[in-house]
Amino acid sequence: MSRPEEVLPPDLFYDDTESRKYTTSSRIRNIQSDMTHRALELLDLRTPSLILDLGCGSGLSGDILSQVPPDEGGPHVWVGMDISPSMLEVALQRDVEGDLLLADIGQGVPFRPGSFDAAISISAIQWLCNAETSDVSPESRLRRFFEGLYACLRRGGRAVCQFYPKNDAQRTMISGAAIKAGFGAGILEDDPGTKNSKLYLVLTVGGGGLEG
Amino acid sequence: MKVLTANFITCAIKDCKASPKSFPLHFQNAELELQELEFQPDFLRHILPRIDWDSLRVTANELGFPSIPETKPEGEELNNEELLRNLHQLLLETQVMEGKLVCDNCGHEYMIKEGIANFLLPSHLV
Ligand SMILES: [Zn+2]
Repeated sequence: MSRPEEVLPPDLFYDDTESRKYTTSSRIRNIQSDMTHRALELLDLRTPSLILDLGCGSGLSGDILSQVPPDEGGPHVWVGMDISPSMLEVALQRDVEGDLLLADIGQGVPFRPGSFDAAISISAIQWLCNAETSDVSPESRLRRFFEGLYACLRRGGRAVCQFYPKNDAQRTMISGAAIKAGFGAGILEDDPGTKNSKLYLVLTVGGGGLEG
Repeated sequence: MKVLTANFITCAIKDCKASPKSFPLHFQNAELELQELEFQPDFLRHILPRIDWDSLRVTANELGFPSIPETKPEGEELNNEELLRNLHQLLLETQVMEGKLVCDNCGHEYMIKEGIANFLLPSHLV
C-alpha cells in the first residue's frame, strides 16, 4: 500500500469517498481510538480543558475528548482544524461536539497567545513535509506550524502528535522544527521495531522535555 | 463557529500578527443556531480567566446578546449557577452557522458555512 501523503495532498486525497472510508473502517477507528487514548494519557490533563485537535478529520479523536469522564479529568472541549472539506463534512454529519475550522496547519495556527491547555494530533503532521506547491517548502510549513502552535498553548501546556514519518530524516526534520520553535521535545515509540510501531512527538511549553 | 472559539481566534494573515486590531474578528451577517450541550461548570470556571472579556462583550453585542456583565465574573460569582448557565449558552451552545468573520486590520473576510469557518489562505497572504 502506498502512503496516502505520497499520492495526493490531504485535501484532495481525503475526498468524499476516502473520508467516509476512513471514518467507517472499524480497523482504522480502533487504531485511531487507541492512539487518541495514548495521547491523552501523555497529556495528563487533570481538569476539563480546552484542546486543539490538529488535523481533526471527521472528529474520531474529538469524540473521545468529549467523552472523558469527570473522574479522569474530563470532559474536554475541543477545536479542530482540518484541510479536508470532505472530512469536516463527515464530522458535521456525525454531530461532533467540537468546533471545526477549515484550515491548513502548514499556514500557521491562528489563535491568540496562551489560548489552549493542550493540543493533540493523530496521524497528521507528516503531511506537513509535503510541499504542495512549488512556492512553499516543507521547512517553512513546519516552521509556521510549530511557531503558531507554541504561541497558542498556555505556559506549561503540552502537545502530543502521533505521526508517521517516512524515514529518519523526516523524523529528525519534524522534531528539529519543534525544538527550533521553542518546545521541549521528546519522541516516544510504542512497540518499537514491529509493524505496529507508533511514534508520539511529546512537546512541552516552558522547557522540560519529556518527563518520566 | 462557537463564540468561545471566536474569543481565541485571530486573523491568520502574517502582516496582521503584530496588530492589536486583528483581534477580535468581527461577525457579519451571522445566522445563529443553538446546539444544546451538557452544562459543564468546571470547564467554564477553568476557561473564564483566559477569556478576553472586552472582546466577548463586543462579539456578544454583534450577535445580539446584550446582557453580558460589564466585568468578568470572579470569586464568589463563579458559584452563581444562573450566570454560568448563561455563559455556557453564549460560549458553547451558540453556533454561528452562516456569515463571515472580518478582520478590522486588513479587511480579510473568513466565510462561515454550515458552522465551519474557512481559514484557508491564498499562498501570497501566508
Ligand atoms: Zn487581518
